[in-house]
Amino acid sequence: MSWGWVLASWDWLVFCNDTVSGERVSGCIGPIGEVTYFEWMLSAWGWTLSVALSALVVALVAGSLVGIARTTSNRWWVGFGGGWTELFRNIPLLVQIFLWYHVVPALFPALKAVPSFVLVVIALGFFTSARISEQVRAGIQSLPRGQRYAGSALGFTPSQTYRYVLLPMAFRIVIPPLTSESMNIIKNSSVAFAVSIPELTMFAMQAQEETARGVEIYLAVTGLYFLSAFAVNRVAAMVERRVRLPGTAGTK
Amino acid sequence: MTLDFAFLEWSMVSSFVLRGLLFSLQLTLVALLGGMALGTVLALLRLSGRPWLAIPAATYVNTMRSIPLVMVILWFFLLIPLLIGRPMGAELSALVTFTLFEAAYFSEIMRAGIQSVPAGQVHAGYAVGMTYLQAMRMVVLPQAFRNMLPVLLTQTVILFQDTSLVYAIGAYDMLKGFEVAGRNFNRPVEIYLVAAVAYFCICFGLSSLARAVQARIQIVR
Repeated sequence: MSWGWVLASWDWLVFCNDTVSGERVSGCIGPIGEVTYFEWMLSAWGWTLSVALSALVVALVAGSLVGIARTTSNRWWVGFGGGWTELFRNIPLLVQIFLWYHVVPALFPALKAVPSFVLVVIALGFFTSARISEQVRAGIQSLPRGQRYAGSALGFTPSQTYRYVLLPMAFRIVIPPLTSESMNIIKNSSVAFAVSIPELTMFAMQAQEETARGVEIYLAVTGLYFLSAFAVNRVAAMVERRVRLPGTAGTK
Repeated sequence: MTLDFAFLEWSMVSSFVLRGLLFSLQLTLVALLGGMALGTVLALLRLSGRPWLAIPAATYVNTMRSIPLVMVILWFFLLIPLLIGRPMGAELSALVTFTLFEAAYFSEIMRAGIQSVPAGQVHAGYAVGMTYLQAMRMVVLPQAFRNMLPVLLTQTVILFQDTSLVYAIGAYDMLKGFEVAGRNFNRPVEIYLVAAVAYFCICFGLSSLARAVQARIQIVR
């Protein structure tokens, strides 16, 4: 077996096979109740996007709150934020997913009914929140100290200072690094295969085994990952253009 | 439920975990050294100013960086046997995969490091009669390595964490070692907590080292 063999024996119609009988379905869409590999892959893509985007929301909310906590003048909040960041940054994502999936429900029986999708979203979200909190903190700390003083001088409470003075600036500064985190979260969602979330990587592994058409299946899955990351990149670039601070580099 | 950590003994570690830990460390070290060597070459190709060298190198780096690592691991595990015509062990496949994958990330770090050295120094090198390679080796790279040391260490922490993903092809790394131990002692829940603590200690230690190095370098400058 060599490259020539790999290329010459491509069989893209494998995606039109029925996932149960293995027989080719004309039109690639199975009749009601039956599923082709093509349909399975699309549903897996949906899972990947759902996991990634839900986790992104969790990560943005948690990461922003933790990042803000680390810039306050309350040392308990600063310590909490620092501890959160170190904890979720220094354990591999796969181990964190196992912790949420195997350990948390065992320790808290009330959580046994929580679907594994939610657990994986929390795991991926908190993992990413550690990285986002670093960037939010850096964004806030990059602002001149006088802005915080100016807020106090105007009689703003600390939370008003954040709401009206610091955060509108900091978030715009932080968007470029957040773009790369959003692309990372699409890639990292692939780790969800380990707890049997039926996402793209899980599909790739199982379909490869069932059809022995690994190259075609992996190429299609890799293409979908490319496409998803590219789409996130474009959306983020659009957001960045719309909220860009007037007078900074790149504005007209 | 109550947790029972009575199974935590040295014999458990030495018979199940140690072998995995050694492989995780070996994988980290091989990918670090091999990735850095290959990454330097890729970075130099991209900065060479010759499109026929720069474009293939850039394509390689960008492709690797846009695919999830798990997929890259699966790809190599599928393709290497097709290419060499015989099956390859998961461990060996992981070593090859991580070296080639990390090269893409290290080349970006390297490129930033090289670009942090002012261009005037290269010109100064040319002015005293050095070739491109000489100027790189004797003027630029020694400074570039130093500038990027903190980022390099951070990437090493990420690399060590990522080695756990060889789970996808069943290689016996530290996580697998803990899992096997957990099955043997029938402690599947506790074992993940222990594994998390072990990974945390190693990674936190490395991150602290990275911070210390960064602080030191900042003083020197």
